[in-house]
Amino acid sequence: MTDVIVPPVAGTGAHPPVVHVTEAHHGHEEHGPSGLLKWFTSTDHKVIGLSYMITSIVIFYIAGLLALGMRIQLASPSSSFVSFAQFNALFTMHGSLMLYLFAGPFAFGGLANYIVPLQVGAPDMAFPRLNALSYWLYLGGSITMLMGFFVAGGSANFGWVAYAPLSNVTNSPGAGADAWLMALALTGFSAIFTGVNLVATIFYLRAPGMTMFRMPIFTWNMLVTGILILIAFPVLTAAVVMLVCDRHFGTHIYTVVGCTTTATAGHPAVPAPNACGSPVLWQNLFWFFGHPEVYILALPYFGIATTVFPVFSRKPVFGYKGMVFATMAIAALSTGVWAHHMFTTGVVLLPFFSLLSLLIAVPTGIKFFNWIGTMWRGQLRFTTPMLFCIGFLFAFLMGGVTGVMLASPPIDFFTHDTYFVVAHFHQVLFGTAVFAGFAGLYFWYPKMFGRMLDDRLGKWHFWLMFIGFWVTFMPQYVVGLRGMPRRVASYPSYLGWESWNIASTIGSFIIAISFGVLLWNLWISWRRPVPAGNNPWDAHTLEWFTTSPPPHHNYTHLPPIRSERPTWDYNHPEHPVLAHGPGANESSNGHGRTNGTVAAEVPSA
Amino acid sequence: MKIEGLFLIGVGLFFGAIGLIYWFIGYEDGGGMMLLGSCLLGLLPGTFYYYWHRRFLGYRYFFWGSMPAVGVRPEDRPDATIAEGAGVINTFPGSSIWPLCLGVGAFLLVMTFIFGTWFVPPAIGLIVIALVGVTAESRRGGNV
Repeated sequence: MTDVIVPPVAGTGAHPPVVHVTEAHHGHEEHGPSGLLKWFTSTDHKVIGLSYMITSIVIFYIAGLLALGMRIQLASPSSSFVSFAQFNALFTMHGSLMLYLFAGPFAFGGLANYIVPLQVGAPDMAFPRLNALSYWLYLGGSITMLMGFFVAGGSANFGWVAYAPLSNVTNSPGAGADAWLMALALTGFSAIFTGVNLVATIFYLRAPGMTMFRMPIFTWNMLVTGILILIAFPVLTAAVVMLVCDRHFGTHIYTVVGCTTTATAGHPAVPAPNACGSPVLWQNLFWFFGHPEVYILALPYFGIATTVFPVFSRKPVFGYKGMVFATMAIAALSTGVWAHHMFTTGVVLLPFFSLLSLLIAVPTGIKFFNWIGTMWRGQLRFTTPMLFCIGFLFAFLMGGVTGVMLASPPIDFFTHDTYFVVAHFHQVLFGTAVFAGFAGLYFWYPKMFGRMLDDRLGKWHFWLMFIGFWVTFMPQYVVGLRGMPRRVASYPSYLGWESWNIASTIGSFIIAISFGVLLWNLWISWRRPVPAGNNPWDAHTLEWFTTSPPPHHNYTHLPPIRSERPTWDYNHPEHPVLAHGPGANESSNGHGRTNGTVAAEVPSA
Repeated sequence: MKIEGLFLIGVGLFFGAIGLIYWFIGYEDGGGMMLLGSCLLGLLPGTFYYYWHRRFLGYRYFFWGSMPAVGVRPEDRPDATIAEGAGVINTFPGSSIWPLCLGVGAFLLVMTFIFGTWFVPPAIGLIVIALVGVTAESRRGGNV
């Protein structure tokens, strides 16, 4: 039994007093399971978070290899590198692995699991066993989905959206499709449990003084993401269960069978429109999950960027509350726009969904201006995490602007299911999950392992990826506008798409090389560790106050929390505390609030 | 709990408003139901939190009467000190085999749809053992 005891013992010294918080825990690390058993049985959020991250990065590399297979196939017209059926499986599994098993779990399973309890001063997540169960369900789901490659008939090949009736048992027979659906069911429950844990941890386990409006923006974004998960994932899980019922138990929820009554003697069949299933229902349910899912994948990465920019600009985040409310607005609007993916079905309210979709640009724009405002006149340090975040700004801006274009039905009708859309969502998701995601990895790696990643190799990784990203996806906009549909395995040479596709393929290989550099960097860090210390970036938030890596149950002592950056306040008593609320003037360092005026911030000696 | 309550009530009100607009423009069942569900997901816990926030401050509600005011939680007060969180705040297990056991059980259960129904007995067995195990462990307090 591990009671977290908080004895009221205040320390003294030149710095503001710190309070020891987990006296009962010293040495627990040594007494718990170790070795492989630790990874199988631990309920420590840090071990679970690392498990999530390692698994999701392995998935990322597998999905990346699948993408290379597609790019080789499309590099030349009428190519036969893979068969058409194999190509269908490649794009289905690439999308599914990236979206369901990498981008989301890396953020809300990995980084959030590891970082959120540290940022709010909590000893663990609110429900540690449920947290461990989330990971095992996620791992089970990952194995199940990958298992599709090895069953008779091959993996699922109906696209990551699994539209009905293509995904029914007639059009997609075989165990691969079932494996795909079961994987979604498992990861759906995993995500729901993680969402519950995140919300409960943030609501109930904050340290004294860590008010809601002193939480780091990353934690705020994870709270909003947790709510979005609780709104979206149950719908997906329910939709998947119904599709399984259609496939195996004879129901007709997504099929049009049953639209007439059965004819009997003297009673001919008559129309019974309310009795039949509807393929469009799948699209409705799927996109009610699918569009919030885009923001479930984006908001955590916005949080990473909002954490990284202030640290390497040596300023507080510009417009803290504006960022919080913009996050809420984006999340809320994102849940009301699901049918903009269905404009071409002809059965949705175009003005309603178009208007709400366009409105998302407003809070997103606020975020952009705040990120720029944070950097404005700051003392910028172009470290690897900072470069990745700047790369994220450019990539997401391009993806966002084309998203505004696609929110307009006339443009969407023209570009629907073309490579223009493929380029758009890759710029959005690559920009967030990969650029900002790997910014987070470079940023928090020293905290997780107590050692640094090589900055020079990190910059090689960034520049190769940045160049590869633009070379890969910009040609896809052009070729999409020239009419190339998505999900085609071959095209004739006379259409003039070849050169654009060759460029895109070259770009994808540059990206692949960049991730080879990352592997090399991790290997170097493992073999020749450079100690990181507790706070190598002179960062702001609470997680940098504890050791690297943190001890069991995270903190042996805590500083006073008087603003959204308590570690900075503690390390820089010469600077005013920028706190919100009535506790502002009781600053930990003896300075009162200065009406928002920020003194020049320089590193402490 | 005030901000938490208001945050969730805001979620509920937003989806309530959007749901009403959507329903009266489109009369579409699927989207209407999902927006209603989202509205309730915000309103139910939000009003619960806000109610208890007010009760803790000493407000009385109809026939529930009043209760001694316990004030605001230290994590909700900007001037709270770390020492105010003194005492046993929770019990956290350091390790447990049961989540893995339950996860393997769930994994085997879904294998039923891929490899056949003979996966059901071991899956159900593992799930039941894990549920009993985790419940007993929770009552004991768990392992370090």
